[in-house]
Amino acid sequence: MNLTYLSNVSTLKLDEEKCTGCRYCIFVCPREVLNFHSRKAHIINIDQCIECGACQLNCDSNAITVQSGVGCSAAIIYSMFTGKEATCGAGSNTSGGCC
Amino acid sequence: MLMEIKQGDGFTLLRPRTNILKKKPTSVDSNWNFKDYFGAFLVRVSSYRNNYTTPTGLFKIGKPDKTSQVVVSANYKLSFDILRKSLAGLDLWILVLDTKGVNVWCAAGKGTFGTRELIKKIQESNLELFVEHKHLILPQLAGPGVNAHEVKKVTGFKVFYGPVAARDIPDYLKAKKVATPQMRKIEFSTWNRLVLTPMEFIPLFKYLIYYIIFIAFLFGLKTEGIIFKDITLYGYPYILSGFMALVSGSILTPVLLPIIPSRYFFIKGWIMGFIVQISLLINFLNKNEEIYFYSGISENLPFLILSLILFPLFSSFAALQFTGSTTFTNMTGVYKEHKYAIPLYKSGAAISFILIVLHKLLLWR
Repeated sequence: MNLTYLSNVSTLKLDEEKCTGCRYCIFVCPREVLNFHSRKAHIINIDQCIECGACQLNCDSNAITVQSGVGCSAAIIYSMFTGKEATCGAGSNTSGGCC
Repeated sequence: MLMEIKQGDGFTLLRPRTNILKKKPTSVDSNWNFKDYFGAFLVRVSSYRNNYTTPTGLFKIGKPDKTSQVVVSANYKLSFDILRKSLAGLDLWILVLDTKGVNVWCAAGKGTFGTRELIKKIQESNLELFVEHKHLILPQLAGPGVNAHEVKKVTGFKVFYGPVAARDIPDYLKAKKVATPQMRKIEFSTWNRLVLTPMEFIPLFKYLIYYIIFIAFLFGLKTEGIIFKDITLYGYPYILSGFMALVSGSILTPVLLPIIPSRYFFIKGWIMGFIVQISLLINFLNKNEEIYFYSGISENLPFLILSLILFPLFSSFAALQFTGSTTFTNMTGVYKEHKYAIPLYKSGAAISFILIVLHKLLLWR
């Protein structure tokens, strides 16, 4: 069963003008958010995006932007109460963090 | 020139840079022994997983030669074990990065399975002396940490993102390093979710113990001292409901995730917690003569109201913790959930505290 998270929240943006067609964003996306036709990448399913940031990092032409980060509740609660940035391991008692 | 490479499990390897082929990369077996199976179990149920590492560097599986492919992995022992098991019968090189014992996906997110570490390991292992090609196969889920273009520029090695799951590597290699769309997707089956639930339940259970001690003390307290009979009589529904709310939020909600209405985790957890609490209340009311309601329903009214406020919210909170363990949530969405949920938890906790004290006062005599 395909699970989908909230609609219209992902911060993923793709500037198709800048795309050079290397297709690395398609290779790294684990959620089939992007596809490739007419020599360029296109966003086809934004609600599947998990903001992992893989496509942005593997884009050589800066065509993709997304605000990536940990979607971990413990880290977010920690950052909400302390004002610090949410990172893995924040708010947990082990240095290794949760995953 | 001697180069010292610290290995993950404590042994040190002295490697002369000029005569590298003297020191051969270690061979690994694709079979699991009892220790591997036992470790794979322990990491699912305890903090044992925080220190479950393998040595790093270049390894051999089968009899690889200069034309054999190179697969890259993390030094979380469970990841490495699953990889070597999946590669049975193949001749390959395995390059293990130092991800501090963290799995590929999480290490990529933190940047430890990253461009820099990959470049460092390619150079330290003198990979170019073992293979004549310039291809590396990375787990697809390393994507958030590795910039493939950068790796190519610095080392000359071209990164091929392989399948998400190690078990697809043999088919991926047969298809000449082309992954099918099915290989590129992350799964999140009922089984995948179930194995994660112990580590959702156990950390929160530690907090539940404080709650149980508080309830036992409060409802056991009489002018005569702490009365054990009163704990079992009045504290019992609080303790059982609290425990079941945790089961609801950290086990039932993750397992039943696709069939519970709403896309918001905090609502899913609340719905599940509400259903569980209603069934508990029906159970308590059915036993009214002998156990709980023998002292009259009006005296226990605060519990009836509170149980429908506090415990579904507790279940909701536990379910919200699961957002970080899933494969389909995103950060912006999780922030949005907290913006709605945190004020609810705060006011729910305040109202519940007042009702608990009120309940105690009604019972005081």
